[in-house]
Amino acid sequence: MTERELRVSKIQDGTVIDHIPGGQALNVLAILGVGRATDDTLSIGMNVPSDLMGKKDIVKIEGRELSQEEVDVLSLIAPDATINIVRDFEVVEKHRVERPEQVVGILSCPNHSCITTGNEPVESRFEVLAEGVRCHYCETIVREDITDLIGVE
Amino acid sequence: MRHDHLITAKQLSREDIETVLDHAAEIADDPAAYGDRHAGTLLGLLFFEPSTRTKMSFETAMKRLGGDVVDMGSVESSSVKKGESLADTARVIEGYADALVLRHPSQGAAKMVSEFVDVPLLNAGDGAGHHPTQTLLDLYTMRETAGLDGLTVGIMGDLKYGRTVHSLSYALTNFDVQQHFISPKSLQLPRNVRYDLHETGAMVKEHTDLEGILPSLDVLYVTRIQRERFPDENEYRKVAGQYSIGLEALEPAKDDLVVMHPLPRVDEIDPEIDDTHYANYFEQAHNGVPVRMALLDLMLGGEL
Repeated sequence: MTERELRVSKIQDGTVIDHIPGGQALNVLAILGVGRATDDTLSIGMNVPSDLMGKKDIVKIEGRELSQEEVDVLSLIAPDATINIVRDFEVVEKHRVERPEQVVGILSCPNHSCITTGNEPVESRFEVLAEGVRCHYCETIVREDITDLIGVE
Repeated sequence: MRHDHLITAKQLSREDIETVLDHAAEIADDPAAYGDRHAGTLLGLLFFEPSTRTKMSFETAMKRLGGDVVDMGSVESSSVKKGESLADTARVIEGYADALVLRHPSQGAAKMVSEFVDVPLLNAGDGAGHHPTQTLLDLYTMRETAGLDGLTVGIMGDLKYGRTVHSLSYALTNFDVQQHFISPKSLQLPRNVRYDLHETGAMVKEHTDLEGILPSLDVLYVTRIQRERFPDENEYRKVAGQYSIGLEALEPAKDDLVVMHPLPRVDEIDPEIDDTHYANYFEQAHNGVPVRMALLDLMLGGEL
């Protein structure tokens, strides 16, 4: 058993998100909508030594198979993340995250004059650019610190 | 191209723009001929910010087409004061009117409302976002005075928050126009406008003073630098003074330079210019009526 396996044990069924940049695991959970009140069984490895990345984070969610659509939004903060779908302790599917065209309801617009920051019945919506994201409504482009927009109310 | 709503100048092709301007010219030649064109049509006015020119010219345009307006009135006297969302207000008023005109302080307001209403919606200004109907009358004025191709246009003032600037700069990319942007560094074009202009391959040059570029301009479009954009009064006065023009400042300009301004002005154009051949800003404001008549006629008729 390797040192890494000791830290983050295998799961029976669920999703393993690997190759997350070190320190971003909690943002990954925030994007996936997994908050403090979750009933999901989670294993989180942070700043795990990685040959490829120096250090990386790993998130394991038991009992939930995340769809491609659900995980693609992770590409904004973890472009090299790999998604492993596990059934009965075996990885049955392995895929990369792909950049989605749009991200709905996850990021909050940093422009305080944007209509989505008021009391309106709309979800935030961002178009994903080659570099950064752009608010569908006020058109503000954000390239730096996209994680600051997660769950900001 | 068929447009359900007019939200941004970016959605307008050269053909769309020329269709509106040509129709505006026909209307300006014989406005009386259009007096019954939209008898019984009601235009809903939703102005969440003060407006004189835009609101009155929309009202005039609708009435000159034989229709009428229903006006939400001031924010203070409306349900907005009770905390009603914009989406709800717009959905209610769409039931009273055949088309809506919206001005709102929040960027993206018109785009959001367009997702909730079925009647044609015209964006009359959304915060620092867009003001496409102003752009159409700006282009009409430019075409009448200087033409619209082979032009060198200088746009000066508050380029960061100036919605008329954003819309005009997008629309000008449809024409053979070289655009020069003149502003203090703190009020340069925002990132999203630069991004869109860059995407179109437009020739965009930025300057911090007018002097060097003035002799090559065919059109100088001046906008107001707003005091509230500056933390301190002295800084505002210093900057505003640098981007205002008088007759003496225009000496190096071409004789046929066209000076435009979306109005209201404060002191960025000295009144001594008003009576010279450079001044086109009052004509520009008057053009709001035939241009908005043309736009309403085309949109209500499903022809734009």
